[in-house]
Amino acid sequence: MTATTSPVPPTAAARDRRRKALAVARGTAIALVVLLLGLPIVWMFAAAFKTNVQVTDPSVGLWFTPTLENFRAVLEAGQIVRSMGNSLLVGVVSTVLSAVIAVPAAWAVGRFAMHRTASLILVARIVPAISLLVPWYYLFAQAGLVGSYTVLVLSHMFVSVPLIMWIMISFFAGLPVELEEAAQVDGLSAFGAFRRITLPLAAPGTATASLLAFVFSWNNFMFALVFADDSTQTVPVTLFHFISYASTDWGGLMAATTLITLPVLLAAVLGQKYLVAGLTSGATKG
Amino acid sequence: MSAAGLTSAPAGGERRTPRRPTGRRSAVTFEQANRRLRWAMLSPALLFVGAMIVFPLVFTADLSLTNAFGAVNAAKDHIGPTNFTDALADTRRFWPALGRTVVFTVGAVLLEAVLGLALAMLLRRPFRGMRWVRTVLIIPLLATPVAVGILWLLILDPTNGIANHLLTSVGLPPQEFLGSVGQSLPTLVLIDVWQWTPMMTLLLLAGLTTLPEEPEEAALVDGAGAWQRFRYVTLPMLLPTLATALVLRAVDALKTFDLLYATKGPGGGSDFEVETLNVYAYGLTFDYQEYGLAAAVLVLFTLFIIGVVVLLRRRGGGRNA
Repeated sequence: MTATTSPVPPTAAARDRRRKALAVARGTAIALVVLLLGLPIVWMFAAAFKTNVQVTDPSVGLWFTPTLENFRAVLEAGQIVRSMGNSLLVGVVSTVLSAVIAVPAAWAVGRFAMHRTASLILVARIVPAISLLVPWYYLFAQAGLVGSYTVLVLSHMFVSVPLIMWIMISFFAGLPVELEEAAQVDGLSAFGAFRRITLPLAAPGTATASLLAFVFSWNNFMFALVFADDSTQTVPVTLFHFISYASTDWGGLMAATTLITLPVLLAAVLGQKYLVAGLTSGATKG
Repeated sequence: MSAAGLTSAPAGGERRTPRRPTGRRSAVTFEQANRRLRWAMLSPALLFVGAMIVFPLVFTADLSLTNAFGAVNAAKDHIGPTNFTDALADTRRFWPALGRTVVFTVGAVLLEAVLGLALAMLLRRPFRGMRWVRTVLIIPLLATPVAVGILWLLILDPTNGIANHLLTSVGLPPQEFLGSVGQSLPTLVLIDVWQWTPMMTLLLLAGLTTLPEEPEEAALVDGAGAWQRFRYVTLPMLLPTLATALVLRAVDALKTFDLLYATKGPGGGSDFEVETLNVYAYGLTFDYQEYGLAAAVLVLFTLFIIGVVVLLRRRGGGRNA
């Protein structure tokens, strides 16, 4: 940027060529990023349809005759199906219960700017979960609950409640107060105004937050590793045991990871817009 | 405010008319009624999170001053700060674990910030297919970390993995990756970068959409080049979002467990090569039942995380997160 020589104004054709070259460069860069991020996942799906000989032969690449043998073996063994059922149950119950208590709480914090009270939520995000595991274990063992679904639901709620509040606080903070005031002037109680006016408006946000909470519950490894027994084991723990005991069965392992990644993938494709909004909320405004 | 409101008839009146504010009720303003309600709305969540966190933290703090070992409810004595002095004098496990925690977090978060920022600038202007690129972006960060770990174990397998196949096919020497003591931690940093750079990008893209257009246009008119506009106009405006994103990522990176444990197992490998404080504390607790010492390590670790958050927030001037 030397100011001494004012550049000769480029001709329209030259400017056009430059813009086209930039667009091509940008497109190439974007394609490269998509490949780097996406190919490992594609590789996982491909491996799930390979024989064990093909999986460990990298020259096979992506062109081969697919087999469903890995899926048949994994599903027949049964544990992954039971674990997916457990993960689904724990995920749905913990998410619903979390939404029921977290959405009203987020309304209170967002609507009345109770940020000091809400700092407890931050503490829950900062504290390493392991420091809670031993006391929880101690308490739950006293209550005879270790290994039960109750413990898994409660521990997953400990992640979901702050997450849902985090997402919903900024939503409620952005909602005009006048809506509820008008409803109350028209005769609704304070709670009625929340239930009939604010809550319906918050439905998309609540759905987003709940979907994310479910995904994080589905992915949660540490709590189930400590608190689940064989009958309540969730998917990540089952996968982890697959590595320890059957590290040579790459095909089966990839079939299992494919099965547990599919729901998440489906959520990503269908709910992309909302998930992005949920993941990034709270980062750009208070 | 009620004067104007009272003149309008309640909508769908027949059910709600009895709830019209009476003379006595109107002594309580709507705002006061709302303020009473807010505690009722807040308390279930607050009590739940409080119950799940306050007692355990007190319990852990107390445990750190005892010689608890073997079973959580076994007899134990308070032995003063011995566990803390033991941990801080331990140059074999504690300090290396702290070092690895710092290396992993700083390495991963810095790379994610730089790459995430570059990627956000690349994707900033709308283009055809943006929807699909965003879908690809969220897949790594929604994928189950344990599954991600296993997937990379396959890709990076020293003898049968596709990574070494690609390296050798372009004439580069094959690598040990997770199979060696020296390469494990850097490899895991790169896997974390693969999984979490998209999060950084999405946060920064969200921040970019909130920026006003005018300053950049003004800089363009004044003859600033693309780099100058980014360096002196866009980046300074984006700093608050960047600071928030750094805090969020740093807190999660410090506590990374699933990926490390799934790929290298208990103790972070045969030579503890990826044992961070989190993995160390987990092993002390559940493999060695050294509850007292584990609690001390966890207290130190928690204080360390709080210190990092406070430091980042002060330096970044972030108002939130």
